[in-house]
Amino acid sequence: MSAHLHLGVALDGTGRHPAAWREPDARPAEQFTARYWTDLVREAEAGTLDFVTFEDALGPPERLDAVLVAARVAPATHGIGLIPTVTVTHTEPFHVSKAIATLDYVSEGRAGVRVRVSARPEEARHVGRRTPGDAGELLAEAADYVEVLRRLWDSWEDDAEIRDAATGRFVDRDKLHYIDFSGRWFSVRGPSITPRPPQGQPLVTALAHRADPYRLVGTSADLGFVTPRDAAHARAIVGEICAARDDARREEGVHVLADLLVYLDDDAGAAAARRARLDARAGTPYESDAAAFTGTPAQLADLLLEWRDAGLSGFRLRPAALPHDLRQITRGLVPELRRRGAFRTRYEAATLRGLFGLPRPANRYAA
Amino acid sequence: MTRRKQIHLAAHFPGVNNTTVWSDPRSGSHIAFSSFRHFAQTAERAKFDFLFLAEGLRLREQNGRIYDLDVMGRPDTFTVLAALAAVTDRIGLAGTINSTFNEPYEVARQFASLDHLSGGRSAWNVVTSWDAFTGENFRRGGFLPQDQRYERARTFLRTAFELFDTWRGDEVVADKEAGVFLGDPDAGAFAHRDAHFDIAGRFNVPRAPQGRPVIFQAGDSEEGREFAASAADAIFSRHGTLAEGRAFYADVKGRLAAYGRGRDELLILPAATFVLGDTEDEARERAREVRLAQVSGQTAIRFLEQVWNRDLSAYDPDGPLPEIDPDPGEHTVARGRASVRMYRDPVATAREWRERAAARNLSIRELIIEVTGRQTFVGTPASVATAIDDLVQADAADGFILVPHLTPGGLDEFADRVVPLLQERGVFRTEYTGPTLRDHLGLPAPAPGRTVRAAS
Repeated sequence: MSAHLHLGVALDGTGRHPAAWREPDARPAEQFTARYWTDLVREAEAGTLDFVTFEDALGPPERLDAVLVAARVAPATHGIGLIPTVTVTHTEPFHVSKAIATLDYVSEGRAGVRVRVSARPEEARHVGRRTPGDAGELLAEAADYVEVLRRLWDSWEDDAEIRDAATGRFVDRDKLHYIDFSGRWFSVRGPSITPRPPQGQPLVTALAHRADPYRLVGTSADLGFVTPRDAAHARAIVGEICAARDDARREEGVHVLADLLVYLDDDAGAAAARRARLDARAGTPYESDAAAFTGTPAQLADLLLEWRDAGLSGFRLRPAALPHDLRQITRGLVPELRRRGAFRTRYEAATLRGLFGLPRPANRYAA
Repeated sequence: MTRRKQIHLAAHFPGVNNTTVWSDPRSGSHIAFSSFRHFAQTAERAKFDFLFLAEGLRLREQNGRIYDLDVMGRPDTFTVLAALAAVTDRIGLAGTINSTFNEPYEVARQFASLDHLSGGRSAWNVVTSWDAFTGENFRRGGFLPQDQRYERARTFLRTAFELFDTWRGDEVVADKEAGVFLGDPDAGAFAHRDAHFDIAGRFNVPRAPQGRPVIFQAGDSEEGREFAASAADAIFSRHGTLAEGRAFYADVKGRLAAYGRGRDELLILPAATFVLGDTEDEARERAREVRLAQVSGQTAIRFLEQVWNRDLSAYDPDGPLPEIDPDPGEHTVARGRASVRMYRDPVATAREWRERAAARNLSIRELIIEVTGRQTFVGTPASVATAIDDLVQADAADGFILVPHLTPGGLDEFADRVVPLLQERGVFRTEYTGPTLRDHLGLPAPAPGRTVRAAS
């Protein structure tokens, strides 16, 4: 096991706290510009973080499309992983497969995707589709969706393009594969129109809070984001996910990362006061699905290392307010972890898979 | 003295057709981002209006197998356009997006997002798909009868416009002191119901710099022309010659008044290819070499099969045309290819081609080179500049969408040698005058609430 933690940040709007946009350094009116997102991701990259995720939904609040934000940022960055959220309940796996493959091309191997199911009736109304099924059905559909993404990424073998002047053939069609997926919710013939992406398989990630989603992570994802209350809870969740992985007889490892909402300041009292101010402005204390941490970067480093020992690969930190808490992570937490020998000082790999120590996988269709 | 009519130029990223030459040693990757960056930056250096990416959602097949002679494989249109916004500042970013296998809410979000992320440079070529073959890749795989294609496109576009127009542009006030983020709490609200879509809720992307993307339409039929006149900002046509171009131009511009639109509110942009040389002879020789590279013997046979709708693999491309007639039944030989519909009467086409080949002793390959010839401009930079200018001044076009035959450097020579001549003539910009694609095209900003108009 690597001595280093894996560390990402979840970017969303002006931060997770509903009153974050009213902070003095917040740029609420700029969150629909490319500059805003480029600045944030470059800040995260300056801290050699593993990745950023971009929230998204097919409904309120106001957001730009996460895949396109990630693509817009990709050429302006060089080392950090880019993981947009995609709502799998209402979108086409064929479109999303080539979109994430293309994100992998434009970022030269730094793409991932966070698959999100939507049970919100208002999102279903936006696509006029149907009332969403129950949670179990939505997750089973998501598992099928991920299977289609993965098969489509493999539907071109790496050496399918041959440009053989002697026979006049641009491709060797024996190295292009119909995926012929057929399931309860959709069937997809394939192959993709986009050749296999640089990483082979971009990272698939999912946020999970309960047993059924843990199973989705164990059977289908490379990274799982979970929300433990404490180290013991984290250990139990990791156990559940590993059991699901073993049941599915998957050979690939799954990295489990804990989500934490963070309020960080150089002084613990200042962090608490800021959180209180944010809550007061929102009118009610903000309760997130993830545990909240309020304190100094050094105190957070203590907590991360303690939880890491419960079997977590790392953390996805949710800055309560942007850019303040992101800067506390890159300029406070990261140097602190480096001093303790627990975080990288430079990007040691060129791809997101590489940062997680994952090899470029063999193609399932290759003979 | 009146100012000469200004030319609009666009660059089509070489596509998955035999016209894109991959056997040339200068031919680079069709998928690496570096190729797209080079192409886009060349077009922007030359002050082009926009670059354009086509789309096809299923790999083509012939005789039941994936077609392997042409360039194939392409990226996702939206994603690569968003990435190109990072490496360019001004050039418009246009893509074909199908309205059959998508939801208006999702596509409207993607275009509004692309427009925000590019500072107002997005454009949408609206198409519909008609074939179950492509539909096999989609959960929304149902296909439409051909006579409903424009109805679907029109409805999809109208619905997307309604979504764009749910924001006026002044709602995000973000008043930190007062705690007011949206000045209008109902911003984004919509309810839409018609035969195709029954949706309601809140559109979640505030108004983009252009209000909505520039709309392109590529159809040539009666319905396609009417659709363009009612709703499009530019039309891609096939009519690049003087006579055909003028007739098409007059026809389509003449339809605008019925929709309360001025003649400058719809641009006519034919697709065009070019081959340059230092002399006319050298250009002609290079053009011939390009045609030979585009139409190999095998490609000629495959093309013939698409018209004949039969397996003709036993025929010699250097020999005479088949005596056997085309199979006039449903197209089964070639799938995922729009060009098969160009020949509405294949038996008559075959008869005409046979007579043409016999009269001039042409082989199959020579005939196919001739009948699929799409070389619009062949000559020296000076003669090509003159030809382009003449066609535009004669109202055969408002400009051209150039389709180079090489990736990624196929536009370089045109940018370096022809564009300066057009600029000297005073018919092409030397600098961009505004930030948005609408500025480049001279189109008015859409007022919120002006959606697709019905003919009055």
